[in-house]
Amino acid sequence: MDEIVLKVEGVGKKYIISHENHAGSYTALRDVISNKAKSILKRGSKQLPKEEFWALRDVSFEIRKGDAVGIIGRNGAGKSTLLKILSRITEPTKGRIEINGRVASLLEVGTGFHPELTGRENIFLNGAILGMSRLEIRRKFDEIVEFSGVEKFLDTPVKRYSSGMYVRLAFAVAAHLEPEILVVDEVLAVGDAEFQKKCLGKMEDVSKKEGRTVLFVSHNMGAVASLCNNAILLNRGEVEGFGPASSIIKSYFSSSSNSAYSFDLKHSAVKHGDDIVELLSGQLHDSAGNAKGTYKIDEEFNLTLKYKIKKSISASVVPNIQILNAQGECLFVCNGQDVQSLPEGEYAAKCTFPQNFLNDGLHFVVIAFITYYSTNYEHNFVLKNAMAFEIIDKLHDNPLRYNYVGPMPGYIRPNLMFKVSKI
Amino acid sequence: MQQQSAVPYSIIVFAGLLPWQFFSNALTECSNSLIGNTNLITKVYFPRMIIPVSSIFTSFIDFFISFVILLGLFLVYGYTPPAEIFAMPLFWIFAFLASFGPGLYLTALNVKYRDFRYVIPFIVQFGLFISPVGYSSTQIPEKWQWLYSLNPMVGVIDGFRWCIVTDAPNPMLKYPFYISLGVTIFFLWLSIWQFRRMEKNFADLI
Repeated sequence: MDEIVLKVEGVGKKYIISHENHAGSYTALRDVISNKAKSILKRGSKQLPKEEFWALRDVSFEIRKGDAVGIIGRNGAGKSTLLKILSRITEPTKGRIEINGRVASLLEVGTGFHPELTGRENIFLNGAILGMSRLEIRRKFDEIVEFSGVEKFLDTPVKRYSSGMYVRLAFAVAAHLEPEILVVDEVLAVGDAEFQKKCLGKMEDVSKKEGRTVLFVSHNMGAVASLCNNAILLNRGEVEGFGPASSIIKSYFSSSSNSAYSFDLKHSAVKHGDDIVELLSGQLHDSAGNAKGTYKIDEEFNLTLKYKIKKSISASVVPNIQILNAQGECLFVCNGQDVQSLPEGEYAAKCTFPQNFLNDGLHFVVIAFITYYSTNYEHNFVLKNAMAFEIIDKLHDNPLRYNYVGPMPGYIRPNLMFKVSKI
Repeated sequence: MQQQSAVPYSIIVFAGLLPWQFFSNALTECSNSLIGNTNLITKVYFPRMIIPVSSIFTSFIDFFISFVILLGLFLVYGYTPPAEIFAMPLFWIFAFLASFGPGLYLTALNVKYRDFRYVIPFIVQFGLFISPVGYSSTQIPEKWQWLYSLNPMVGVIDGFRWCIVTDAPNPMLKYPFYISLGVTIFFLWLSIWQFRRMEKNFADLI
């Protein structure tokens, strides 16, 4: 299991952004020639403005067989470029990559499908591209079709597929054709929740049961946390962290100007809200008021949201939080109670998480504001992945554990009292 | 040339038209092949050269279909082709290589300079006049033969005609044929080299 299947050494990718102000969207030979001629005539005149852009800079890591690696980072961090290089679609400008085995990649929607061919033909086309024989593909065919759930449209050209069908088929093909390395970009966002779950399950099978390697890009931290044992954090083309998924995810949250456990939008260009309410800040802190992101399981802690009511209306504008676990499953949703119609101004809402409440592990907070009118309600805004915190369990000196130090399953860990009495 | 030959004029012309049509077809298809498959190129890896090669193979199939028409002409005129017709496969390969070289170069250029495709119909049309399709290459003065043969299709078409027309001269006995062959091989080498150099960036450029 220790065999290295993917080795990336000092990889960099440079793009040249030109700021020529010609109207065409592509390079035309005509323009190239006329520009050359112009520059000969006006020798010594200024060069056309061109700018180098390093989408990736000095990226190095190693991935072992059977690993599931999540690649996370903000938009523009270079995730997709890295995947494109790993699946050999483009070459890196610098550095080298060693790959042991076949790579099946699922980049963006519509991966490697020929729009004019039918679903059936595309399955064979994709298999052939992966270097499988017809016989091998035929053996896997039924499984692929069943997984994708498009059997009815198998003989329809894929150009008529909906984007969901497209992705379902593409994922099914890539996951079932037994590549040594499966590369999945954030395409799964297109599918519905049920299919996403199915895909995550399949990727887990691929990495854990079949011992193959999965590389997975996603903005869904829950999915990354549940599927991947390792993660790579990219920031502006550079590797900012490589290690166990949960710690990398935490540093992802704190890599922005704000930390995972507190954020302040007062002076930020990013605004969350509408014309009624706007979120100003959010903070997780202990009862003494110290902001932090890690709490012991028997520690009480608080979540304080500050917000501004911009327009007083005769309805309750209610703060609402949702707590997700590391697998992205919702543990509970909670509305602020007793919120009346408020006059304009800034408010703080504080809620307390009791001790011995959540199980240990990473948790995410979703913040929403909902306006409840007399008969209906309306979401003012929803801020996903707003905050993250970790609950840690005391392995020792925990009277509930006795001498057991293994993981305790479950979503919550209440401290129920057992009254033991002799009968 | 119809006066000099006992063979029906239409057969002589068709013998030249056949490889020429294949060439123009293959060149057009091949040069557009890469941009036509953008979504494959930007999403999956495979040796890029498969795309232009396969586009030439499809033109080859068209070519075999027009070959049936030639057989029909044979029947209509009651014409028996010479034994040289068995040498035909050699010229099929020659025709394939002669169109593959420029086609490969053009398709790679087309990725980078999208306006290049407007040049291709012009090349094809102009090429018709500098290739011995409607006339025989023997009509070109001896001292200009070397220049004329720089067009690789001259060798191909002369070869086809030799295979089909009884009294056509054997082009392989004269040096201009080897100029055509040499140009073909040079183009092939040049375009494969150029293609390999450019294919790294196809996904970024396309």
